[in-house]
Amino acid sequence: MTAPERLNGAQALIKSLELEGVEVVFGYPGGAILPVYDPLIDAKLRHVLVRHEQGAGHMAEGYAHATGKPGVCMVTSGPAATNIVTPLADAMLDSVPMVCITGQVSLSAIGTDAFQECDTTGITRSITKHNYLVTRAEDIPGVIREAFHLATTGRPGPVLVDIPKNLVDANNPEAYFDFVWPEVPELPGYNPILTPGDEVIADAVTLMLQAERPVLYVGGGVLKARGAAVLLELAELLSMPVVTTLMARGAFPDSHELCLGMPGMHGQFTAINAIQESDLLIAMGSRFDDRVTGKVSTFAPHAKVIHVDIDPAEHGKVRVPQVAVAGDCRISMELMIKEIAKQGGPENQVDITPWRQQVSGWQEKYPLTYQQSKAGELLKPQHVIERLRDLSPEDTIVCSGVGQHQMFTSQYWKFDHPYTWINSGGLGTMGFSIPAAIGAKAGMPNRMVWAVDGDGCFQMTAQELITAAIEKIPIKVALMNNSNLGMVRQWQEMFYGERFSEIHLGRDLPNYVMWAESMGCAAFRVDDPSELDEVIEAANAINDRPVVVEFRCVEDENVFPMVSAGASNSDALVDPSQQAMLDAERAAKAESSRQTASASADSVLADSNEGVSS
Amino acid sequence: MNRTDLQHHTLILLVENRAGVLARVTDLIARRGYNIISLAVAPTNDERFSRITIVVNVDLAPMEQIVKQLFKLINVIEIAEVPASDAVSRELMLAKVSFTADNLSDLESVMAGASVHVLELERSKDRLILSAGGSSANIDELEDQLGVFGIMDVQRTGQIALPQLGHSVPIMRAR
Ligand SMILES: Cc1ncc(C[n+]2csc(CCOP(=O)(O)OP(=O)(O)O)c2C)c(N)n1
Repeated sequence: MTAPERLNGAQALIKSLELEGVEVVFGYPGGAILPVYDPLIDAKLRHVLVRHEQGAGHMAEGYAHATGKPGVCMVTSGPAATNIVTPLADAMLDSVPMVCITGQVSLSAIGTDAFQECDTTGITRSITKHNYLVTRAEDIPGVIREAFHLATTGRPGPVLVDIPKNLVDANNPEAYFDFVWPEVPELPGYNPILTPGDEVIADAVTLMLQAERPVLYVGGGVLKARGAAVLLELAELLSMPVVTTLMARGAFPDSHELCLGMPGMHGQFTAINAIQESDLLIAMGSRFDDRVTGKVSTFAPHAKVIHVDIDPAEHGKVRVPQVAVAGDCRISMELMIKEIAKQGGPENQVDITPWRQQVSGWQEKYPLTYQQSKAGELLKPQHVIERLRDLSPEDTIVCSGVGQHQMFTSQYWKFDHPYTWINSGGLGTMGFSIPAAIGAKAGMPNRMVWAVDGDGCFQMTAQELITAAIEKIPIKVALMNNSNLGMVRQWQEMFYGERFSEIHLGRDLPNYVMWAESMGCAAFRVDDPSELDEVIEAANAINDRPVVVEFRCVEDENVFPMVSAGASNSDALVDPSQQAMLDAERAAKAESSRQTASASADSVLADSNEGVSS
Repeated sequence: MNRTDLQHHTLILLVENRAGVLARVTDLIARRGYNIISLAVAPTNDERFSRITIVVNVDLAPMEQIVKQLFKLINVIEIAEVPASDAVSRELMLAKVSFTADNLSDLESVMAGASVHVLELERSKDRLILSAGGSSANIDELEDQLGVFGIMDVQRTGQIALPQLGHSVPIMRAR
């Protein structure tokens, strides 16, 4: 047996990260974390020096989304810790596995309002899956082990480890200890359930075989569980239509005949409507987010619900399920497939061809649509996305910011592969795309990575393109310059009587091409639809630098379909060119249900009259 | 006034005995805007763990969510939600009470009726400190009775509780 290695806390931290298999750390140094940056020089790890700590956090998230491995970021105390609060909250809401290491002032200074002191664990308590304030150097390996275990198992999420400076200080004799790498973290209060009980699986399958109008409502949990292949098998086995939420785009191929696209506020009409008309909703790793449900009381009003989630706290949080399946999505779906055979399926499944026909009828009538630019008009963002999609490799990873461009990308990029779509769904963090794309590209250097960004978003995190240029992480940015905070503009147009307030960003200021070039990027500008393909091809051919393409888009394009905030999904608006047809259909449907209702009211009246006379 | 409403929910948590655990638990409840009626916490016979008894005033549906969210906390090992009818519960009160030469014998008979210990007595100033243990309802009642004499100060521990022998209560356990 070799003698144990005597290390200080900083060396132990680096060694622990190496033992966890960490390849890259996104970080930024400063006072309290300085002692860790010294042994980092000799480490096997790659460190990516960001330009703002928020960038480090989103890069770690992008890396995690693309690779499935935990993203790691490291920053100093105080302002650096507060700068990384947004990515932590983002990772919490989107269940992204991430470990964040923050420096802290020395133990003896904690609570004294010391320079760059803030209560990091207090501030981040509700936006992390768990967090630690380390109080003894020898605890560092165990805490790091636990942090990675927690971040990556069960429902994944961000874990923060706050380390006081004296514990990593090479000049402090008390920072030294015999390094021990614990094998299994001891967590008596943590035991995520992966395998659901046989009974709930049987109940779920019974409902599935009996359903006349089933819909598989697939969320990010399927991707987290690496469950896309099993999902395909399950959906095909029972020919069930599938919708994929904003967090699950790519979990089921958009080009598959069973795929109805995205549900929710800006989802496809067919996806929204299929849910509304369904008699069985199989929620698979999805969480009934308000952007999906619209008004909850009118959401999927006829549906029984099977809810599969690794986090039992999701069951009944928004909608009480008939069958609650607590477990990993992949394992649950594997068990369902076996159980289907056991119960005599798919042969004895209720015939759902009428349902499938009804659904494809909607698809034909209400596809996604937009009007192409008229002569002399600037670009249509939808068209830009379509051309980007068609001219880029099929396995391109697409990241987006938050706003109209995000919705257009989710709608018009056809996602046929899991882990090709990365966005900020839960927190809706503007500025997410550029750092997330850098993180994704750092983890997947052989893949093309496009960040589709709004001009508002771009101005929040563009400085990370310097990081990309210096670190040779050649991402591509499609900057959709509509000279507006487009999504806010849309709401003001629709809900505030076109009273536009504080949404104009300016078309030419900043000069995006000059800005991008000054940051070491290749840069292009397109404002004429006829130049689109040529420039995209030129951008795709550049591999030695980041590329920014400024697409000059019309400023008044709106995203449709749309379910207004708080409205019922049954009142979804479609593209203006389709709205009249939909209104007529809805009126006819309301009329016929009014007639049935009055007919049955007559018979109720007759019944009660009988009651009186007897 | 009845301070211990039977509609209140009593939660009994077994948690890891670590710094910050209590803050995580109370934060989670406070964040949702619910008021904690009482809270008692102390290590168990096994020093690695503490037991927390929380009484909250919440409707049933949000209560279930709170229990599930509490259970998600990494340091929470076990939660039982105990209806009052299924719990053995006790509370301790310290009270500083004033009296007069005239009503001392009345006070003595009130104290004799409840399980009260006199911890300090200052005859010259006509005041004493007593301790009383019992169900929260009994303590409420005693407090009302003492009010007649004059309560100068009172401190109650809040309820502590264990499930009754032989009663199965809804329990969530990590392993
Ligand atoms: C950090 C942050 N601040 C504010 C918002 C509110 N918000 C949502 S979308 C949006 C406009 C985004 O504008 P832009 O990036 O230009 O994209 P567009 O909608 O024009 O495509 C704003 C301000 C947000 N989501 N995130």
